[in-house]
Parts: sequence; C-alpha cells; structure tokens
Amino acid sequence: MTMLNVGRPTRPSEVAPAQEGPPPGRGLLQDEPLIFEVGGWGKTGVDFETAADEPLDAGDLAGLTRAAAPDLPGLSEPETLRHYVRLSQRNHAIDLALYPLGSCTMKHNPRLDEKLARLPGFLDLHPLQPQSTVQGALAVMDALAHWLKTLTGLPAVALSPKAGAQGELCGLLAIRAALEARGDGRRTVLVPTSAHGTNPATAAQAGYAVREIGQTADGHVDLADLAAQLGPDVAAVMVTNPNTCGLFERDVIEIARLAHEAGAFFYCDGANFNAIVGRVRPVDLGVDAMHINLHKTFSTPHGGGGPGSGPVVLSAALAPYAPTPWLVHDGDGLRLEEQAAGEAVASLGRLCAFHGQMGMYVRALAYMMSHGADGLRQVAEDAVLNANYIKARLSGVMSAAYPDGPCMHEALIDDSWLEGTGVSTLDFAKAMIDAGFHPMTMYFPLVVHGAMLIEPTETEPRHEIDRFCDTLLELAAAAKAGDVERFKGAPFHAPVRRLDETLAARRPRLRWTRAEA
Amino acid sequence: MRYLPLTPADRADMLAVVGADTIDDLFVDVPAAARLAGPVDLPHHASELAVERALGRLAARNRPAGAGPFFCGAGAYRHHVPASVDHLIQRSEFLTSYTPYQPEIAQGTLQVLFEFQTQVAALTDLPVANASMYDGSTACGEAVLMASRVTRRGKAVLSGGLHPHYGETAHTLAHSAGVETRRLPAAVDGEAAVIEAIDADTACVVVQTPNVFGTVTDVSAIAEAAHAAGALLIVVTTEAVAYGLLKSPGEMGADIAVAEGQSIGNGLNFGGPYVGLFACTEKLLRQAPGRLCGETVDAEGRRGFVLTLSTREQHIRRDKATSNICTNSGLCALAFSIHMSMLGGAGLETLARINHARAVRARDALAAIPGVEVLTPRFFNEFAVRLRKPAAAVVEALAARDVLAGVPFSRLDPGAGLDDVLLVCATETTTAEDIDALARALSAEIAA
Repeated sequence: MTMLNVGRPTRPSEVAPAQEGPPPGRGLLQDEPLIFEVGGWGKTGVDFETAADEPLDAGDLAGLTRAAAPDLPGLSEPETLRHYVRLSQRNHAIDLALYPLGSCTMKHNPRLDEKLARLPGFLDLHPLQPQSTVQGALAVMDALAHWLKTLTGLPAVALSPKAGAQGELCGLLAIRAALEARGDGRRTVLVPTSAHGTNPATAAQAGYAVREIGQTADGHVDLADLAAQLGPDVAAVMVTNPNTCGLFERDVIEIARLAHEAGAFFYCDGANFNAIVGRVRPVDLGVDAMHINLHKTFSTPHGGGGPGSGPVVLSAALAPYAPTPWLVHDGDGLRLEEQAAGEAVASLGRLCAFHGQMGMYVRALAYMMSHGADGLRQVAEDAVLNANYIKARLSGVMSAAYPDGPCMHEALIDDSWLEGTGVSTLDFAKAMIDAGFHPMTMYFPLVVHGAMLIEPTETEPRHEIDRFCDTLLELAAAAKAGDVERFKGAPFHAPVRRLDETLAARRPRLRWTRAEA
Repeated sequence: MRYLPLTPADRADMLAVVGADTIDDLFVDVPAAARLAGPVDLPHHASELAVERALGRLAARNRPAGAGPFFCGAGAYRHHVPASVDHLIQRSEFLTSYTPYQPEIAQGTLQVLFEFQTQVAALTDLPVANASMYDGSTACGEAVLMASRVTRRGKAVLSGGLHPHYGETAHTLAHSAGVETRRLPAAVDGEAAVIEAIDADTACVVVQTPNVFGTVTDVSAIAEAAHAAGALLIVVTTEAVAYGLLKSPGEMGADIAVAEGQSIGNGLNFGGPYVGLFACTEKLLRQAPGRLCGETVDAEGRRGFVLTLSTREQHIRRDKATSNICTNSGLCALAFSIHMSMLGGAGLETLARINHARAVRARDALAAIPGVEVLTPRFFNEFAVRLRKPAAAVVEALAARDVLAGVPFSRLDPGAGLDDVLLVCATETTTAEDIDALARALSAEIAA
C-alpha cells in the first residue's frame, strides 16, 4: 500500500528558506555522482572466461547486430561497491529505525529467510526443468499453500499472482469467470470510499464499473448505503478488513451476508491481514476471495519497492477458476498442471510466465514455520497492542481520527490538532525526518482530513516505540508553540532538502543523456 | 520467539497504558463467532536450526541447474552473476526499505532507479523507460493494454514466435479489459506473418526477437507495416543479454519494448521474482504503466530524484489509472542495474558474443547426431531441434542421466503439434564438457 504525498507535490519555493547551520548530508555521507558521471566508458568490470579458439565474431548474424555496443559505462568492482554503498546510505530502512508506514507493514525481515532462499536447490532452479527434478520446490509451494489455507480457512489458494495488486485482479477475474459460467453478466464492483486506489483500479482493469460505498462517521462501511447499492448488477463487494482506517469492520459478517443475498461475491483486500493472523480466519467472516501480501504479513523484504507476492485464497465456488499453473498431488509426488486443461479446465488462464514468486515462497514459509501457529497469533496481538499503545500515548496531544474503542494494527490521526498552527501534515512528516524517523503514511485514507496512518508492527521493541512517541510529542509541542520554521523548511538534516516534485512532473527528465550532462 | 521483542512485562505495562485488561479487549470489534479460542491447527514455533534443517531437506530434493550439464532457456536463463551483486542487494538500506515515498530519505533507491531507467533506455534505444514491472510477461500484457489506450483500438496480433506464456498472460490481462488477442500459429521463423493479420482495429502487433524458438529477426519491415496501418509495434525479448549484440528494438522502429531482465543480475529462482523491462517512445510517455523516477532539485538547488508523473497511477487516478500496478520489482531492478553497471556496454557485448559462440558450438554438436534436425535458422543463444522421438520423453530420460537437455516445446504449448521439438540454450556458464555430455546422452537416447 502506498502513501499519497505524491498527490501533494512539494515546492521548495513555497517553504521557509534554509536554516542557519551546516549543510545537510555531510560528515561520513559522501556525495555520489551518477554512474554515467563516474567514467568507465568503453570499459567493463567483469572478467570473462573464453576458450582460446572460441570465435566471437558472430559472423553468422551479419545484418542483425546492433550498430554499436550499448552506450553504458562499466565499473570495476571497487568502484561498484563504493557507488552502491554510498547510495545505500541515503536510504532509510527498517534495520535503522521504526518505519511506521500505515498499510505497508514494515516489519523486521529475518535473515534466515534470505539465507534459505539462496540455497542452490531453490535459487539455481529453472522453472521449466523436468518436474521430477524439482519435487522439493513443489513441496515448498504445497506447504505454503497449506499454511495459507489453514490460516484463512479457505479451501484453495492461487500462488502465482506477482504482487498484491495482481492478487486483487486474480480474485476479481475468478469472480468474473464464476459469474460468466452461470451466465451472469454483472458489471459493477462496489468499493468503499476509504479503499486504497488499487481496488478501484483493479476493478476497472478486470472490466468492471466501480461504484463507491459510503462510510459512517465512526470509520466503518455504511451498511445502509451498501444495502441500497447492492442489486442484480453487482458482481462483487470489495472491502479491506481490517480497513484502511485501522479498524476491524464490526459488521463484516453482515456485509458478506448482504453481498451473498444479492448474488454478489465478497472480496476481501487482505493487505492488513497482519492484525488478525492466527486469531481470525477470513472464512469465518464470509470471505469468498482474499489476497495476502507475502511482503507484508509474512515479511518478505520490501526491497525498495518490490518484488511483492500476492497469493489469493479462494472459496470452493471460485476454486475451479484459479489461474494456471495448478499444483496437484499425483500419486506420491506433486505435479504442476500448466495448461487450462485436466483439473484446471475452467481456469481463468495465466497471470504471468512460470509459477509466481518462488523466492518469496521460500522466505514466507520460513517465516511461518519460525513463528508457528502460536507465534503468528502473537504477531497479531503484539502488532495490535503496539498500535493501541501509540494511539494512547499520542491521544490528548494529537487527535485520533476515531478515538472511541480500540484500533487494530495501525493508529489513525487526523490534522484537526494542527489547526491554527500553520503546520500541515506534510510539514509535520518532513520534520519527523529531521528527528530521525521515517514519516507515517500521510493523506491516506482520503476520508480522513490530513490523515497520518501509523503502523508500528509487532517487531518494534517497547523502547523504540517510546522513543518514537516521545519524538512525536516533542514535535507536536513545538508545532503548537508556534515554532513553524522548524516544520516549513524541513527536512534540514536529510541528505537532500525538500524536493521540487512540481518541477519534476512539469519537465520530466527520466534518464541521463550526454546532451544534458 | 526470536522476532518478537515485547516481553510479558512490556505487554502488561502497555495494556495498562491503553486501559485494557487483556489483549482480547483490543479485538472486541471481531464478531464473537469469528474469534478463534486458540492457535490454528499448524505446528508451533521452531528454532532457526529446525527451520533450516527442514527447508534444507526440501532444497536437497531438487537438482540445481549448476549441478551438471544444463541447457534450459525459453524465458529464464542461467548466467553468472558477480558476487558483489548479491552482497549489495542485501545491504539493509536497500533490502529493508520500501517504495521511495519520502524522497529526502530514499535518494539511494531513487538514484538507482534513475540509473536503471537510463540503462534500459540505452539497451532498447528508446527514450523512456519505467522503473520496472513484475516480469517480462506481465510487461508484455501491460504493453498491449497501453497500445489499446493509445490507439483506441481493440485488437492485438501476437506472433507465432511469442513465448506461449507471454501470449497467455497478455490474453488474460487484455481479455478482461475488453481487448481481443489473436495468436498466430506457432512458427519457428514467421514473425513477419503478423503483417497479414493487421486490420483497421489492430492496436498493436507483438513480435519477439530472439523468439521462443531462438530465431533472430530484423523486425524493421514489420514496424513499417504496423505504422502504415496506424498500429503500434511491441517488441518482446526474453533474454536481455541479447541486447548486447543484436539490433535493438528502437533501431528497428519499435514503439514499445518489453523484456525479461532476469538474465542480468538475477538468479533463476524457479521462475520468480524476476524483473520486467519496459521502454517506449517519448510521445507514449503519459500512457505508460508503472512507476517513473525523475530528476529534480531540492530547496537549495541541488540535484535529487523523485517518483513522478504519478497522476497516471492508481493511488491518484483510482479507476481511471493507466494500470493497477503499485509495486515494481525494486530489488530485482537493483540487481539488474548493479550487474549492468559492472558489465557496461562493452562487457555486455562481450558476454553476448560468448553466449552466441557457446550456442553455435552446441548447435554444431547436436546437428551431427542422426535423428536430430536443427530448425532455427538464425539464433542468439538458444535454438530449436526436431528429434526423432517425443521431446518430453527424451528430456525425462536424459534427466535420469543427470543431463538437463532443454525445454520440450510441448510443455509450453501442448496443442501446437510440435511434440518432437526441443528448445536448447547455452550461455557463458555452459562448458565444452557440458556440450559433449549432452551430445553423447542425446545420441544414445535417440539411437535407443
């Protein structure tokens, strides 16, 4: 899930001038040019193994070869290490400090998982090797499927979706296939106003018209509006639960019942599964399909923006339409059915080449086995406790959007407490950077004014959470005391100052060129 | 539990601050009927040693590509990746960060993406490249949807040389959005057949070079024919190393180039995660899917990088977005970019020439075997052969001799009537001894 600061491009000219003091990004932080400015033109940093008699002229490809080698520099190994290590130091990371991006579940990434995914028996395996030579890999997929099915209570799972958004598409296409199989041409998907933008975008990509369901004042799906909008043209109701306000949809069973009664399916966006894993099974809520972001709940690394992995659990009614390939038990072994044939004859087809994100399957399975059923339950409890603790500590100074009752795994603050200070949510977030923390998700969900969505996850120790709360409270006090300068120009101490996003969009420069260098 | 820092005392203290008696008080919104009383029926937590032992056993049941002679390609390729690449991508600051929403503290990731985009643009000879897609096949599907948006036409023509998985993926993605795909019959050397199939409703033609049979094609004439009919040309490449030697999509008039970037920097991983490359012409920029990183300046006028043109994207445009894609393949794009930074253009060209030479050697060895006919007329590092026996059975038999001989075409497209066709790939990791082993084993199996 994302944050929406990009909807509010920053313009440095609109903020206060630089503070007095040292320029940002000094000390041990080195300036680093682009690789194209380092040099290495016409060179390579790789030594090749060639046989003495090996003809490298490619004479048989005359007329088919490119006019010149690609115009790119090649760096030696020491130059390469310097370049990327210097760049790495300009990033915030979970391993540095709490990373409270709401709806993103930035939890610790166990290094055991990295080690196991790199075993030659997993890493160095071709997707189209004879299946007799990959039975261990298929067993990993089978075990992962078993864990996901048991944790959700749903009878089938499609592993191949490449990320959460593709998982959503997979679920909606399965729903569409099931409806078409019964001759039902429903064309509409209902999505709450608080939904993440991927939900309506996915519904549109699946060929559906999107209508919004309203929200109640206390942050839940408006049941009356849902009931009024349900009808013979509605294919699916798509609800995130726990929702993007960080609340469990109290009426979720009723939402499912209403959807089913109207002949629609209930799709659950499982982005926030971390809050309930091991404590609540989606099957008991009436869910027909739900994607699970392995990179959130099951801690495969976010990697600076992917790769993700978005398996989808499916009800018995939707299972026949799962995408290919299917993993099937065949005698003593396992087999991939790669065509929409045999058991998979009704499949919605292929969502990607090969079998999905195997490297993520290994990591997620290692994570699940490490925690076990008991540990996963504890994950949900600690994630929810940490969020409620933050909400409690900030309350009274910052304004919780939904002060009554507990939140789930994330605490949502609105900007009413900033009224009259001259400080915006964006300014506050940027000042957090100077104080050593990555900002929370801001301006999302859209239904809450100036939203700040804080998700600590279960892997934060109490002292780090206290340090985070102390920092926010101190910043809040400064904002209320009128220290606007500290916020308007922020960040002052990051590797760069506030960036001109408006300029970037107005005059897109998306690559380095010699002409502009 | 080694990943959970809270102690029982912490939990009790924190519950008191929250004002809850027990943890159950925080789950009151969950309907009573859906509250599990205890853990689900799965094993309990396990030590690092126990998990490593269990998964190590499963890994040991697989035959790694590098454990013996190996000739599989067909969309995933075994190449040598410098040790530095995997070391660098495991830096905490790359591995455990997220999409760079706060650019001031994500300049590392953003500069990498800017460099990645520049590299992809140079390899494809197209001016605009995005910050990566899930993989080559989904990039292909997204390109078809984009072509339909740009031309406002409803049909895509896919060549008979397009990887069948790519064709199926494009069909799934396009069909749901109301775009029709027409796949021409599988053909070893027939990319130009798409020209005949272009009509007034054709949004794009999709061709692949080298294609799934390994055939290399100059698609310039196809570009001209497509453009004359108001359609776009999408050029697919599943083997990114080929960019080092062969005419680029941009040189041949492609409007959109998509590729699987796994070959550079990324392991086989049994099919994923990989990294899709996506590039297009300048005028198509605003219809492009996926993240874009752009250069700008900060408040003091210094260069910096941000995600940009996000008004195309789902978090702003919702159901009017150019794509529902949210994440890209960041860490795999980083691996690609690091490996590419070490290779440089010159190194990539050398690597490509070595790949070609090894494949020529393999072709020569197999062509000498009675009962083996080489089908691919011009190839980069993989080619198709026709065997006297069904290829799938031959591959199984050779696997029992510890030779992974390649990919039977029937595995990709069982309905094509090409059960006797085997796809064989050689890369810089293929030795002369490997080729001899393949030739001996295949010779024995065909003769048997």
